[in-house]
Amino acid sequence: MIEERFAAGDSFVHGLDPRVKIIVAIIFSVVVAVSSNFSALLPALVVAVILILLAKLPMGKVFYRLLFVNGLILFLWFMLPFTFQGDTLFTIGPLVGTKEGVLYASQITVKSNTILLAMIALLATIPISTLGHAMRQLYVPDKVVHLFLFTYRYIHVIFQEYQRLINAMRIRGFIPKTNIHTYKSYAYLVGILLVRSYDRAERIHKAMLCRGFTGRYYTLSRFSVRTGDLVYLTVMLVAILGLVMLQWRVTI
Amino acid sequence: MHISEGILSAPVLITGAALAAAGISVGLKKMDSDKIPEVAVLSSVFFVASLIHVPIGPSSVHLIINGINGLLLGWLCFPSILVALTLQAILFQFGGITVLGVNTLNMALPGVICYYLFGRLVNRETRLVSLAAAFSCGFFAVLFSGILVALSLLFTEESFISAVTLILLAHLPVMIIEGVITLFCVAFLKRVKPEVFGGIYGKGS
Repeated sequence: MIEERFAAGDSFVHGLDPRVKIIVAIIFSVVVAVSSNFSALLPALVVAVILILLAKLPMGKVFYRLLFVNGLILFLWFMLPFTFQGDTLFTIGPLVGTKEGVLYASQITVKSNTILLAMIALLATIPISTLGHAMRQLYVPDKVVHLFLFTYRYIHVIFQEYQRLINAMRIRGFIPKTNIHTYKSYAYLVGILLVRSYDRAERIHKAMLCRGFTGRYYTLSRFSVRTGDLVYLTVMLVAILGLVMLQWRVTI
Repeated sequence: MHISEGILSAPVLITGAALAAAGISVGLKKMDSDKIPEVAVLSSVFFVASLIHVPIGPSSVHLIINGINGLLLGWLCFPSILVALTLQAILFQFGGITVLGVNTLNMALPGVICYYLFGRLVNRETRLVSLAAAFSCGFFAVLFSGILVALSLLFTEESFISAVTLILLAHLPVMIIEGVITLFCVAFLKRVKPEVFGGIYGKGS
């Protein structure tokens, strides 16, 4: 269930320096998030699709992810056209759909999916452990990086523990329903996860102290910026600059 | 409770990120390096809990437990929720980079508020007071989160009002469930491992 679905691969994008990918992902997402002009958003969507194609990811899985995240967007489509003030575009019974509302909903849809695609192409293609070390090199505070890496490590342990417990509950005939007994059982499940986690954390900490942990995390992975990375970074920055100019109608 | 990418306006995103950064830096200052494994384990429980779906009528909701998180971690729940949300964004693409600040704030601030409002009461000897405080902690943490989500959307665009109303109404049963879960969970922890409350985590200094 918790797996890095897109991290494995040997495409050009997978081989890029993770720091370059993080920087590009952040700048790109921010620019798209604050854009509102379709003449900038549609090219941005094209860029995001190109990024996904370059990463050679399994399209079915990418599509599935998009579908999942578009739930809220769909919900907005049912509301926004009717609550926005503006020119009437269509009517369903007493409901009046406005042009502005439809445009706004489309704008959100394009923005959301564009950022999502770029995130899958750029960030989800970095293994989490590499991501942690790359974040550190990008001046994310040490404590945050440690917390991030440790949390990632324990998610798997605790998820396994959770599965073991829920299996034990099922074997004893637990069928979740809408009643107090169910909620009580889930609460105890969370409780026992917490208790075991505390004990585990204590053991881990002692074990780490025994091995001479002084609050520093060493890594063997060294990143190096190669020509390909520089080319990629430059192309992307130019593309993003283009989007900025399209959005704010700057002409050279 | 996640707000997806591409919905909020720039001022809301920036305000959210700035306030979240402030909360995170307070949390980091209170978090000694040797507490990191412990906070990390709690962050993972928080992450895993969001994968647990509890039934409600014909549908189901996933646990949020930001109330319990705040109760146990105090200010440290800011960095804790930050990393959990980052991992969710990268692994499942729920939320994302630009909304990370807003989402962290919306989940963590209620946790901290509930820690200050109910933390002491939960530790009371009187069983009834303690349990009532635990229920309120779970209930209000979700309520405050809902209100913050609502504000984030409304400051972006006033026309979200009907969507916001629906979201808040839909969260009403979630608040009750979270309250009940928090109540039983606290009762359980008090019996099994009472030292987790107000101990090394909550005070955080």
